[in-house]
Amino acid sequence: MITQALKHGLTFAVIMGFLVGCSSSSTKEDPNAGSTGTYSSSDSSSTASEVQLETVVYFDFDQSTLKPESRALLLAHADRLKGTNTRVRLEGHADERGSREYNMALGERRANAVRDFLVVQGVSASNLETISYGEERPIATGSNEASWSLNRRVEIKY
Amino acid sequence: MRAFLLLVLLFMGSVAQAQLTIQISRGADNPTRIAVSPMGTQGGLRLTEDISQIISDDLEFTGQFAAIPRRDMLSFPQTDAEVHFRDWNAIKAEYLLIGTVEQRNGIYYVSYQLFDVVGQRKPLPRITEQGGEHELRDIAHRIANRVYENITGIPGIFTTKIIYVEASKRGTRDHYRLMLADFDGARPVMLRESSEPLLSPVWSPDGRRVAYVSFETTRPAIYIQELATGRREQITNFRGLNGAPAWSPDGRKLAMTLSKDGNPEIYVMDLVTRQLTRMTNHFMIDHEPSWSMDGNSIFFTSDRGGRPQIYKVNVATLQVERVTFDGEYNARGRVSPDGNSLVTVHRNGGNYMIAVLDLKTGRTRPLTEADLDESPSIAPNGAMLMYATRSGGKGILGAVSLDARTRVSLPSKLGDVREPAWSPFFK
Repeated sequence: MITQALKHGLTFAVIMGFLVGCSSSSTKEDPNAGSTGTYSSSDSSSTASEVQLETVVYFDFDQSTLKPESRALLLAHADRLKGTNTRVRLEGHADERGSREYNMALGERRANAVRDFLVVQGVSASNLETISYGEERPIATGSNEASWSLNRRVEIKY
Repeated sequence: MRAFLLLVLLFMGSVAQAQLTIQISRGADNPTRIAVSPMGTQGGLRLTEDISQIISDDLEFTGQFAAIPRRDMLSFPQTDAEVHFRDWNAIKAEYLLIGTVEQRNGIYYVSYQLFDVVGQRKPLPRITEQGGEHELRDIAHRIANRVYENITGIPGIFTTKIIYVEASKRGTRDHYRLMLADFDGARPVMLRESSEPLLSPVWSPDGRRVAYVSFETTRPAIYIQELATGRREQITNFRGLNGAPAWSPDGRKLAMTLSKDGNPEIYVMDLVTRQLTRMTNHFMIDHEPSWSMDGNSIFFTSDRGGRPQIYKVNVATLQVERVTFDGEYNARGRVSPDGNSLVTVHRNGGNYMIAVLDLKTGRTRPLTEADLDESPSIAPNGAMLMYATRSGGKGILGAVSLDARTRVSLPSKLGDVREPAWSPFFK
């Protein structure tokens, strides 16, 4: 059991290494100050095996297809969730451009894309809830591509 | 005479408390010049509102009128006998409005007379409006309605209201407020507040209720709230999207978007039986329903063609037809009261703007030119629409005439203001 856990921890560590090194810190505060805008789940139930995973994946403008660079992170989440009863909320978001209501549907489509990926990886669909906030909860408030790219996202909430 | 006026000019005005202030950024090319002479009072009567100023502001809001400043007026007549057309001709006034205010037993009587200076005639009989002290602003708006309709032939919108959403931060928490105000932003009243998103307010056709989406349960749900009593009811509680409520013209049904069956589709709920009828069936997004004026079809946004465009579905046959073809993005359509035009959030290679499509000719014209314009809501007289835009990093409301000639902005003193919903006429 312990070795198993260690092995998992190692896997996560390796995957984390892949993740562009942008996962240095939890930057929940001041999302406008040129930060990466990513932050980790504040869930404190980590055991020795659990490395803090990034919990945000980003999308291109008007797109809901997963970017290649998101796959490793989602695989890590799938590994963590598979065979457990952990309930996760997938919160989809859009940038501010275009119709506010239509952006609700875009956010949902993004959350569904993450859900579908996790389900294909073996995570139980009944443990995944998707919700869209559209453009209501921006991480960055500027009206420019730097902000918009941070706001087009799905947050994985444990 | 002038000394007399000083009393009249003493006013407080609830404008001071308004959240939204009006700035007219562009008016029509040849606005009608009207002089609204200060209302006369007797016996030291002090008014809490400057009725003449409110009437002038109302008329100027439309862009169709230019109110002549008081300092340019040669006299301030109160009775017909005091009106000398040459004085008003000299300052190029086309119309003149005079009036007096009396107060008896707590009731205010505002009597007014409109003059056509060019035609040297009285196009309306002398009319007296009455009401309590707190109704002086309403009286002013009613007078403006009468004057506007007499001169333009179009009903005035000065007694209509708007509902909008205001979002701000309280510490780190979001704070959403659903607000009701006069059409010009005056006298705001809070209808609902929440730390979770509030959005998509729409008026019932009778002007008595509002439907909106609230995330207060941490999931979106549609609510209907009675304006007079505050009584509210949760209408939907489905998995996924519960959004974009839209009342049928007869007020009996509510169209909405639900994604309970996997992806967003348009549904219609009978508000009496609560029965749902599915209107669309497509694996792409169908969203933002809006009824045609005859209630026979529903316009909606769909990206079934690759990008968001407006389609319409026949409520009886469920036949779907594409409506917009100009531009790479058309969303959140709203039909004008005469049924001839459709306004959308439109993009054609550049900014998101409000555009109007002539449903007869198929021609699309932009109405705004800023970026990030959205949520158009047409006034019940079809002459203007209100929309949400951004200015100085803040969400503000704007209004534009459907001929694009007049543009008004209503900056907010508080947080971000968005999603205006223009009321129907109140019966």
